[in-house]
Amino acid sequence: MLKNTTIGSVMVVGGGITGMQSALDLADAGYFVYLVERSGAIGGAMAQLDKTFPTNDCSM
Amino acid sequence: MTLCEVTDVTGSAGDFTVTVKEQPRYVDMDKCIACGECAAKCPKKVDDEYNAGTGKRKAVYVKYAQAVPLKYQIDPDACIWLNKPGRCGACAKVCPSGAINFDDTEKIHEIEVGSVILAPGFECFDPGGTEVFGYGNYPNVITSMQLERYLSASGPTEGHLIRPSDGKPVRKMAFLQCVGSRDENLCGNGYCSSVCCMYAIKEAVIAKDHAPGLQTSIFYMDMRTHGKEFDEYYQRAKDESGVRFVRCRVGGVEPQGKDGDLRLHYVNERGRQIEEYFDLVVLSVGLETPKQVLELADKMDIRLTPHNFAAVSSFSPVTTSLPGVFTGGAFSGPKDIPHSVTEGSAAAAAVADILAPARFELAREKTFPPERDILNEELRIGVFVCHCGSNIAGYVDVEDVANYAATLPGVSHVERNLFTCSQDTQELMVQVIKENKLNRIVVAACTPRTHEPLFHETIRSAGLNEYLFEMANIRNQNSWVHTGDKVAATQKAKDLTRMAVAKVAWQGPLENVSVPITRRALIIGGGIAGMSSALNLARQGFPVDLIEKSAVLGGNALHLHTTWAGEHIALKLDSIVRDVATNKLITVHPETEVVAAEGYIGNFKTTVRDGSNRRSTIQHGVAVIATGATRLMPDEYGYRDHKEVVSALEFDKLKEVNDFHVRNSSSFVFIQCVGSREGERNYCSKVCCTHSVQSAIELKKENTSRQVYILYRDMRTYGQREVLYKQAREMGVVFINYDLHGKPEVNKSESGFEVTVWDHVLHRPLLIRADMIVLAAAIIPSVGAKKLANLYKVPIDKHGFFQEAHAKLRPVDFATDGLFVAGTAHYPKPIDETIAQALAASARAATLLARDEITLDGIKAEVDPDNCDGCALCVDVCPYHAITLIENVDNAGEAHKLVEINTAHCKGCGLCQGTCPKRGIAVSGFTYQQLESQIEAALAV
Repeated sequence: MLKNTTIGSVMVVGGGITGMQSALDLADAGYFVYLVERSGAIGGAMAQLDKTFPTNDCSM
Repeated sequence: MTLCEVTDVTGSAGDFTVTVKEQPRYVDMDKCIACGECAAKCPKKVDDEYNAGTGKRKAVYVKYAQAVPLKYQIDPDACIWLNKPGRCGACAKVCPSGAINFDDTEKIHEIEVGSVILAPGFECFDPGGTEVFGYGNYPNVITSMQLERYLSASGPTEGHLIRPSDGKPVRKMAFLQCVGSRDENLCGNGYCSSVCCMYAIKEAVIAKDHAPGLQTSIFYMDMRTHGKEFDEYYQRAKDESGVRFVRCRVGGVEPQGKDGDLRLHYVNERGRQIEEYFDLVVLSVGLETPKQVLELADKMDIRLTPHNFAAVSSFSPVTTSLPGVFTGGAFSGPKDIPHSVTEGSAAAAAVADILAPARFELAREKTFPPERDILNEELRIGVFVCHCGSNIAGYVDVEDVANYAATLPGVSHVERNLFTCSQDTQELMVQVIKENKLNRIVVAACTPRTHEPLFHETIRSAGLNEYLFEMANIRNQNSWVHTGDKVAATQKAKDLTRMAVAKVAWQGPLENVSVPITRRALIIGGGIAGMSSALNLARQGFPVDLIEKSAVLGGNALHLHTTWAGEHIALKLDSIVRDVATNKLITVHPETEVVAAEGYIGNFKTTVRDGSNRRSTIQHGVAVIATGATRLMPDEYGYRDHKEVVSALEFDKLKEVNDFHVRNSSSFVFIQCVGSREGERNYCSKVCCTHSVQSAIELKKENTSRQVYILYRDMRTYGQREVLYKQAREMGVVFINYDLHGKPEVNKSESGFEVTVWDHVLHRPLLIRADMIVLAAAIIPSVGAKKLANLYKVPIDKHGFFQEAHAKLRPVDFATDGLFVAGTAHYPKPIDETIAQALAASARAATLLARDEITLDGIKAEVDPDNCDGCALCVDVCPYHAITLIENVDNAGEAHKLVEINTAHCKGCGLCQGTCPKRGIAVSGFTYQQLESQIEAALAV
């Protein structure tokens, strides 16, 4: 069960598209977010993709 | 926090302590300006992980050109100094900011948080270990991720498709699907990776764009293009791009000759043994959970599925087995980008569910100094010219541009920066603006798309209105495209800078629009999606009005029995309905429909009509459309003539009540894609394959002597659902593939039915005797979708499903701010995905409801009442429905027509301005005066 002291911060493990979306939505809703990424930069697998369906937009 | 790994988590929901190990970067993040000098001098080259090993990087490197944070790092395994101190150190010698720190050490952080989201992602199956199809031995066998890098402009070949063996252009390439997926023998991964069919098609289409005349073949087992608009893309790849699709499993890949050509042998659709030659073979590798993630899961005691993905329930798709720890993305099963983004938001919603009491306790808003009034000041323009390392300075004489800028009218100060966007330059800019009392700023650098918000913030920090700013894009639109001609590139940089200066001179301060938020949500649709969304928002403390057109809550789930994972739906649905009914913050409006809607983000007014025809108005800040979908009533296969031919949902009901027909039938034929994937309805209903397979298993379980046939086009038991397909085959369910042009025929016979279908193994028509025929009827949009879309002015796609703002990155948002979509109203989908989407809609809605007001961009269309004559041409072109035609009565009592802008709706896109024939409307920041000065400056050389 939840204790009386709830900490208003969240740790998001993984700086890919999922983790970044979680971090953004939480920060926008008023929570402090620690976004933890294993490599030297966020972006995850999507940053490796050239273009994405269906618009063939650049993934960046 | 980059280069960081979670090593331990202790505590409980609401109060965790997380231990994070930070690896040394050996580069001081505060000092590094990412100039790239270090990497230029570093003598050590190693394979580049970012390029999937197709290219090289240095031992000191930045992960990719657009990396965030854009800071270099040293690879300790490759660095010469770190392995033999004193031996190299070239980077430290050339670094202009002294950022290299060989003495950097590992750091351990202990961080207290209320909740944890695990989104560690996946890694691609490595075909090297077992040398699948010669990968690792034959250089021209590559993985799909490697192809992705070859196709990328930022990849090792700058987008030129060449063979790794000899660098020759590729003429004929083959994709082999299901490498590392749906294959327990070779790789142990029995599941389907869900995304490979689609990415192979995309890569084939893009490769053909890159190399005209290229032949591409995709060898596959089932084409699993089950997502929204996927089947249409598949069709276009076939018909328009000429991608060849071959349904077979390739037997083997062998080298042919010395040049690196490859010989594939396979049995084709007609049963012939074929040998075919290719110069590049791409393995469509599947998705796996990385080893270090498995270790973390083990340490945290997070339950995993047999396939090593996080175990989640269909009803709480982002909740792990450890309370307070949530997940999303590929860790809970292989999935594509939109589904991952959806789960990212959904996990945020699930966190907010437990942390809502502590909202805004730790997060703080950034504050800025008061704005300086510049209206009476004389023009003092500051120009900052960026080198962007060597990105601009390598191809443009930056000093010449800066000297030229100083001569332009109104310019009182010019600076050059190595990286204008770096943290230290921001501080410097603030100082320079204040000291020189600058009142308009031009940054000649890269693109405003990525960097304008940063500079707006910087000049706000200097006490200037953020809109007193202009960017000249001398990188993307200049140095990057004119690499061969420094003189011309320098001249163009001057031209662009002169235009920006001319434009900013006429720029006045603009005020951001502040909009109050009604902190209340309206949810339309009382099915699983609507209820899940409502419950989550209510638990976050926001009042919700939930509208349901029928008398009961539950929607389509009322007709469903079990989820794919075997969870009982009715039981869970009961408890959800009870939770909704007893939640004090949720007001349920049964037998109610929306009849009118108006308003904008934060301030909607929806008029509803209840069963007794009473109308009432609901004020709300956001709305979620979750009106579900319905099923097609088939008109083929004798459905309307024979009571033994039933749809899947009817069959479930009959089976549940132990109906006479079901009990006494010994032969069942399931026909898939009834009304889906053909003609106008060229989309996949997504749930039917799994559903039929489940029903077939049930029938076999009850009585193994029953004959059960499933006639399908592509078996789409995606993700971990694949286990059901395997189980059904093992139990003796007979799967027979049919083509759209060879659909099964159903004829009534004396003792039942005769179903004729072409047998692809025996190559002759097969006659099946059947007692009952079960049709997997298509899921179609609900009847009221179009009307509702009109009321809220949101788009629907050509099939009638609601259209999200962006297929990949905004999967639950509508283009109209404050409106969201969830569930089968968006596209057919199973319960777990429906709930993830519903939670995501709540998370997105909560980012608005958490505040009393929101600030919108100050760039808006403005009407010039002297010039506007109310022709209303702009009304039609406005994509945001921000313009209305009104009538003003002047002092003389005469009526004048003109248009009015709703600033909350307006996004400042400028379509109205471009359309207006009379200069009656202009976007602030892009006034006629500004654009004309810019054009004059462009021409005045």
